Amino acid sequence: MAGASKEIRGKINSIKNTQKITKAMEMVAAAKMRRAQTRMEATRPYVDKLKRVLGHVASAHPEYKHPYTQASEEKKIGLLVISSDRGLCGGLNNNLFRRCIQQIKAWQEGGAEVKLALIGRKAETFFKHVGGDVVASAVDLGDAPHLEDLLGSIRVMLDMLDNGELDALYIASNEFVNTMTQKPKIEQLVPAQPAEATEKKPVYWDYIYEPDAKTALDMLMKRYIEGLVYGAVVENAACEQSARMIAMKNATDNAGKIIKELQLAYNKARQAAITQEISEIVSGAAAIEG
Amino acid sequence: MAATIQVDIVSAEQQLFSGKANEVFALAAEGEVGILPHHTQFLSTLKPGLVRIVSGDEEEHFFVAGGVLEVQPEVVTILADSALRAEDLDEARALEAKQRAEEAMQKAQSEIDFAKAESELAEAVAQLEAITKLRERLSKQGLTH
Repeated sequence: MAGASKEIRGKINSIKNTQKITKAMEMVAAAKMRRAQTRMEATRPYVDKLKRVLGHVASAHPEYKHPYTQASEEKKIGLLVISSDRGLCGGLNNNLFRRCIQQIKAWQEGGAEVKLALIGRKAETFFKHVGGDVVASAVDLGDAPHLEDLLGSIRVMLDMLDNGELDALYIASNEFVNTMTQKPKIEQLVPAQPAEATEKKPVYWDYIYEPDAKTALDMLMKRYIEGLVYGAVVENAACEQSARMIAMKNATDNAGKIIKELQLAYNKARQAAITQEISEIVSGAAAIEG
Repeated sequence: MAATIQVDIVSAEQQLFSGKANEVFALAAEGEVGILPHHTQFLSTLKPGLVRIVSGDEEEHFFVAGGVLEVQPEVVTILADSALRAEDLDEARALEAKQRAEEAMQKAQSEIDFAKAESELAEAVAQLEAITKLRERLSKQGLTH
């Protein structure tokens, strides 16, 4: 009996250690989440302004129409998958991959080719296992993702769009609904959704361009795509931290419950051992007296 | 007070300025431009340089590494680059991303094995479900103790 209670005590200690780790991870994730959310807020103005400018461009009558705004048949599709570098964040990445796989399957059934660009180590590992035509990959973005680290993958996709190797570009990432909820979503980047014309003046107007319409609009479109991708990566980072915080909180709570249960079992075993010892002593004494 | 124009300077990582101004100077593709309220629509790339915002007697300066300048009669938007950009630098980054993909995917086939993907995802989902069930069981027991 003493062996059983000792074993239980060992288990309690090991779970307590695990609980300490999950508790620490929860607190780290909570602190990082706050910072990630601040960063997410900080990128919003850029994306908002980009959309506003694009809305203006859509209501103008430019002499040059950018190919990214022209709808075409989607036969060669690029998908940019944004995942986290690390695990232990609940179902965050797997839910996103499931959404991607469904979408890719639907596209392939429609006769389209799909090429992938991956951001984050988890996406790389997943698609390495299941296969996929991966043309670009970026990992180790850290907690504060920098635009520089994303430019390579974006450039690969944009080059393929320019060469006609792709005719549509989508982005898959998690949407930050609130701390408790993250939602996987797939958004279309190219052809750009016709931005709503902000002002419906019947006046015919166009910009004065410097150096010329093509250069200026090309740069604007490039910045637009980069801005949206960067925004999605920053949002995904916030999702990662909050998902990890929740997952670790659950783990800590569960560990607490298991410890309670084991403690009960331990007390019972200890009590049983004591009772047994007493009865042994009593019966021993009775035998001597008798 | 003289007429004013709304000015927004933003970069991907933060908002630099948002407010009213009397005049804005920036380094456009073909030289410095000064923009007054009710300027005609204007779209230009920006060269690395100073953006000056004049409102009343005050003047504010911002350095931008490049970007896009958009002018509407009532509003000026400057989309500043937060990163140093150059064509060959971008090219090098693209090459790096491609190489990384090739290295990572060396042994993988180019067709997605849907059966495998689904089984892998199903496994992950099953794990999560098992955890949820375990939690439920524990919380029920927690009530009885």
